[in-house]
Amino acid sequence: MEVLTGLMHGFGVALQPLNLLWCFLGVVLGTVIGIMPGLGPPATIAMLLPLTFLMNPASAMIMLAGIYYGAKYGGSTTSILLNVPGESASVVTCIDGYEMAKKGRAGAALGMAAIASFVAGTVGVVGLMLVAPPLARLSLAFSSPEYFALMALGLAMVVLLAGRSMVKALLATLVGLWLAGIGTDLFSQTSRFTFGQMELLSGIDFVVVAIGVFALGEVFANMEERGAAPMIEVPKGLRNLLPTLQDLKDSRFAFVNGSVVGFLIGVLPGAGSTIASFISYGIEKAVSKHPEKFGHGAVEGVAAPEGANNSETGGALVPMLTLGIPGSGTTAVLLAALVLWGFKPGPLFISENPAMFWGLVASMYIGNVMLLILNLPLVPLFAQVLRAPVYVLYPLILGISVVGVYSTSGSVFDVWLLAGFGLMGYLMRKLDFPSAPLILGLVLGGAMERALRQSLMMSDGHLSILVSRPVSAVMLSLALLILLVPLFNKFNTWRLKALDS
Amino acid sequence: MKARSADFWSGLALGGLGAYIIVVASRWEYAGQDGPGPGFFPLWYGIVMAVLSLMLTVSSVTSKDRSMIDWSGARSAFVTWGAFTLMVATLKLAGFVIGFGALTFFIVLVMYRKPLKVAAFTAIGLAAGFYAVFPLALGVQLP
Repeated sequence: MEVLTGLMHGFGVALQPLNLLWCFLGVVLGTVIGIMPGLGPPATIAMLLPLTFLMNPASAMIMLAGIYYGAKYGGSTTSILLNVPGESASVVTCIDGYEMAKKGRAGAALGMAAIASFVAGTVGVVGLMLVAPPLARLSLAFSSPEYFALMALGLAMVVLLAGRSMVKALLATLVGLWLAGIGTDLFSQTSRFTFGQMELLSGIDFVVVAIGVFALGEVFANMEERGAAPMIEVPKGLRNLLPTLQDLKDSRFAFVNGSVVGFLIGVLPGAGSTIASFISYGIEKAVSKHPEKFGHGAVEGVAAPEGANNSETGGALVPMLTLGIPGSGTTAVLLAALVLWGFKPGPLFISENPAMFWGLVASMYIGNVMLLILNLPLVPLFAQVLRAPVYVLYPLILGISVVGVYSTSGSVFDVWLLAGFGLMGYLMRKLDFPSAPLILGLVLGGAMERALRQSLMMSDGHLSILVSRPVSAVMLSLALLILLVPLFNKFNTWRLKALDS
Repeated sequence: MKARSADFWSGLALGGLGAYIIVVASRWEYAGQDGPGPGFFPLWYGIVMAVLSLMLTVSSVTSKDRSMIDWSGARSAFVTWGAFTLMVATLKLAGFVIGFGALTFFIVLVMYRKPLKVAAFTAIGLAAGFYAVFPLALGVQLP
């Protein structure tokens, strides 16, 4: 009953004309950036974040979330037509999607990707709606030690699957923690790591780091390769974009598989949509009566991963909204957006901001319908984005980044920092340091230090408080186990295989 | 460049950062009457960072990994970054519109080797577009 009441309230918010418009803009922009290889949702959301300060927070969240899940729809287009994933979550779609396109079934592959994305994306929102409120109530019992342990566990899980080297992922996390610590310590008013710069007393703005590492880092990395890949033409006419009844029948299990696997993986911090799509593809192939067709244009090989990476979105929002723990770079940017607008994601978020939470949930239902309508008949139009000249796109991103950062603080010093973090983002890519742990360390650093210090105040300085409470003891033990994975050959081999695939 | 020598140098650089954090954090109060001080948390992550950096450096020396990092396209990335930084350096002098126009012109003409007319048209178009959208339409101040 509570869910229905909340949902009605949510539709009241999401169906306001202005919010419908922001939702539409978000999903269109998301589809476009999903189609463009080399420009991902975290970079786009980070770039647009400063501009959302002029907006109503609920409208802004509806738009940014639209970009997040819209990009998942768009990513498949590039995978199917170019054999190049538009975003990392669509990597696995290249395997069978491109094979279908080569056999003249590009339309059916694109149509199936859109339908699977719609079905699983909607199931993901249902999951978010049903799981988030009880989880929030459960986590009300958490105190500082549990929060510290939860954040430690979240960071450990991100480190586990962020890259081949866990040492590098951990180092990236620690740099994020250090960046979060720059500025004035709120407990003692001590200025820390400010290098004598007045501008650093209030800390480094999250927007500067996120735009630098994600957006500028991507632009500089993309400057290395300036060639264009050959594209398969999209068949014209809606009829040619619809999968056959046999395709839909063959993909029945793939819809369920993608929806369930995607949501469950999404709830776990660190795993993310790429892992979700690989796992659902693996399950689909394992249970198929015709596993030999996989890799040669099996329609289920498109439906399962595309469903999983869309359902994952709903799952990923659960820990972000109810616990304040993001599980990926994109949800870290979304969490930072909520904090910058003055909200406090966590157990009380839903009860204190019902319009925001339920408005977001309702807008995701609406957004998924918009995306299905847009992606079926308009795919040929969206595919034209791939013909857009990159020599216009990249200066545009650089310009928006500078204006975004400057408009937040009005300080040229921050634009200098942006240049520095842009170089850092590029070097991290080249040297194989994952950026998601750095951003998560930055987002969680302040809260993690606060929770640890409050825990120690509660216990008169005894660290034993972290292990004497059952919930925090279990979570810290799990975090420790995860960090010790490289020492166990069998588990580490599994981890590396998952990353290599 | 071999991946392991890149790991060696990044391990050394991060080790330096870890050592710096330890030295600076040890000057701040570790624990006071009210609980942990401002030096408590940084000191611990500084120590962990120093240890992990050492592990990265040592493992790069002992590693048999022969994979290489492809730096062949890095020149373009560094040149673009240099041009971007130059734009930032001249922001106060030239303003955003002129600096951004010049950066766009450079990227289109030099990095993408497009004809002069295309570069000029793109640069003027984008700079004018930014001016029209941000200060005029949205009231957002440009640097």
